[in-house]
Amino acid sequence: MIRYSLHRALSLILSLLVASVVIFTVIEVIPGDTAAFMLGVNARPDTIAALRAELGLDQGGFARYLTWVTGMLQGDFGQSYTYRTPVAELIADRIWVSLPLALYALFLAVVIAFPAGLYAASRRGRLGDISVMGATQIGVAIPNFWFAMLMVLVFAIHLRWVSAGGFPGWDQGLGAGIKALTLPAISLALPQAAILTRVLRSSLLDMLGEDFMRTARAKGLSRRQSLWRHALRNALIPVLTIIGLQFAFLIAGGIVIEQVFFLPGLGRLIFQAISARDLIVVESVVMLLVFLIIVVNFIIDIAYAAIDPRLRARA
Amino acid sequence: MNNQFIKCLAPLALAAWAGMAAAQDNNINVAIQLEPPNLDPTGGAAQAIDSVLYSNVFEGLTRFLANGAVTAGLAKDWDISDDGLTYTFHLRDGVSFHDGTAMDADDVKFSLDRARAEDSTNAQKGLFADIADVSVVDPTTVVVTLSRPNGNFLFNMAWGDAVIVAPESIGDIASNPIGTGAFKFSDWVQGDRIELVRNPDYWGDKALLDAATFRFISDPTAAFAAVMAEDVDAFVGFPAPENLAQFSSDTRFQVLVGNTEGETILAMNNGLAPFDNVLVRQAVALAINRQEIIDGAMFGLGTPIGTHFAPHNPAYKDLLALSPHDPERAKALLAEAGYPDGFTTTLKLPPPSYARRGGEIIAAQLRDVGITAEITNLEWAQWLEEVFRGKDYGLTIVSHTEPMDIGIYANPDYYFQYGDPEFAAIMDRLNAETDPTKRQLLLQDAQTKIAEDYVNGYLFELAVATVAKRELNGLWLNQPTAAVDLTAVHWAR
Repeated sequence: MIRYSLHRALSLILSLLVASVVIFTVIEVIPGDTAAFMLGVNARPDTIAALRAELGLDQGGFARYLTWVTGMLQGDFGQSYTYRTPVAELIADRIWVSLPLALYALFLAVVIAFPAGLYAASRRGRLGDISVMGATQIGVAIPNFWFAMLMVLVFAIHLRWVSAGGFPGWDQGLGAGIKALTLPAISLALPQAAILTRVLRSSLLDMLGEDFMRTARAKGLSRRQSLWRHALRNALIPVLTIIGLQFAFLIAGGIVIEQVFFLPGLGRLIFQAISARDLIVVESVVMLLVFLIIVVNFIIDIAYAAIDPRLRARA
Repeated sequence: MNNQFIKCLAPLALAAWAGMAAAQDNNINVAIQLEPPNLDPTGGAAQAIDSVLYSNVFEGLTRFLANGAVTAGLAKDWDISDDGLTYTFHLRDGVSFHDGTAMDADDVKFSLDRARAEDSTNAQKGLFADIADVSVVDPTTVVVTLSRPNGNFLFNMAWGDAVIVAPESIGDIASNPIGTGAFKFSDWVQGDRIELVRNPDYWGDKALLDAATFRFISDPTAAFAAVMAEDVDAFVGFPAPENLAQFSSDTRFQVLVGNTEGETILAMNNGLAPFDNVLVRQAVALAINRQEIIDGAMFGLGTPIGTHFAPHNPAYKDLLALSPHDPERAKALLAEAGYPDGFTTTLKLPPPSYARRGGEIIAAQLRDVGITAEITNLEWAQWLEEVFRGKDYGLTIVSHTEPMDIGIYANPDYYFQYGDPEFAAIMDRLNAETDPTKRQLLLQDAQTKIAEDYVNGYLFELAVATVAKRELNGLWLNQPTAAVDLTAVHWAR
């Protein structure tokens, strides 16, 4: 288990290093001068030069990469060009919207998918299964931003139950925060719940054909008991993989949903930073997202080992 | 207590509570499209900074009124020497910054010197270029000496980039702006809102609202939802013109359509063949059908212009007759210029919808006279580098949003590379002239000159649409500068 974890940890560090080089290079080669962009069409060349110097943009690319990476290792993401505040502060503010939103959505997706998947698998081929599968087909097909707009139309404009968007801040109370995140979380969660349901169902059905399931039934367990005790645990590996991928998608997918609901999260920060050419913010937020995703995958890898003892032995 | 009694009481209590809520609710939620990147109007070009802070929080020596006129601001009046070189500003008495410190002549000197300093990052440093010296006579008198006469000087001092700031609070102006205006900055929840509250110690007419919250919504669909759900009381610069008709017919809302200072032009690279030939430029100008572009790209919002000047300005001269839509004559002109079969050029488009949607329509109109315009879509930073600085383009569409910017035509190095000496001479005379009537005539000469030289294709003045609750009064209709001036805004209920 320890060797396995170390192995995964090493690949995690290498992935992060490669990601940092790729992100920095890709963003730096985009044409356009940040300082010139910030100052607009009436700016004089000497003003632009002064701003470039102030932002540290007059240094070479490699020097800036080193400053950036060494800074990040110490938790310093640099200074935002446009906001003129530390990027770490910007991220710290925004992550309290994006992370709860992603977790909320993931929670909803799991809460919907597990009962639905188990139900469909236990009713294979019957009306219940067909209805659940039909519903998930629709869930997968509907784009989440479109569904989000539809919900805004119904719940914010017609029924007036919630605001059309915005986030009051957690200091206004947990209830207010959760209320503001509910529509966005539902719109993020539904397509994910649909995918998860389908994966769980097919994974469970694969298990039903296994020898150990026949043995379980033979020793007298009911269909439901064998499904819960034996099939579910074995079916979890592909489901966990999907949940890991989905968490990544939910964090990144927030970019669109945060625009639709004008939520002050990481997605909106990155969107604004791209349009304002605040490259240091773009680089740092993308790096953070990569970090989150790699860490989640790491956790999932470790979780595989916890679920499946064979993986521990193999490593 | 019987039930009947409670049933009678409940609506009364509810009404009293609602009345109380309404009485307390003397504030406003106003949305604009973009969030300011920081709150320093003297340090960046982002218009959103001025939208939130101009006149509300910060004030200059002079200021713009809603109709674009320049009037006294922190300077109550001024004397101009006969040679037009010395401006003596008399400041208002008893003005204080929001932190309680007094606003005096030293602050004015500090602000102007800071803006024109060597290491200044003021995006409009050119506004201060003619200042040779700023000296303090006494706490309420400042003398500004210019190196050459500049008839625009009072106008320049009204810009958001020329507001008066204090040395005590300049350190964290970007996150905690301290000005002299009728509203004080209260809070900024980055990404979500900026809150202002009434300044009870304001030197002039106090704000009518208790507080104002700015929200930032750029997505057109989200903007529509926010107004319809009444999350916001007003949306200044509503991003989706296609929804305006729906708001107009809704009794809850009013729609205000006003002008900005944005002359939207089809810019031509006068330094590049074939656009160095005036016949070709005239042909392009005649190939354009302005109304088709306004209807197709802007949903009918926008006023056609025949020169580079705002039509609501008193000095505007209607020169539309110089470039009517006449494809036949355009073809004849192209033949005369030596391009009977037309030619191929580039049309580079920045992101705004006036450019992207307008570009498609213009390309089609040009095709009708034989000119093939190859469209390239660019991001703003690329546009600035390639087109604006690199001058690597044939045609482009852009809205020049700075007020009174006809002077850019005197710069031979500007991206459309015109720089006619005769035009520059008119500008020199204008700068030296302080008599308003003569200035107006010179401005009209300048407009005529560039229209007759067909420097660019002049399309329309960019409109700004504001959607607001019907009971809201006092919002600006036009945008003589980027500003959401809330000082006179109030509820009529």
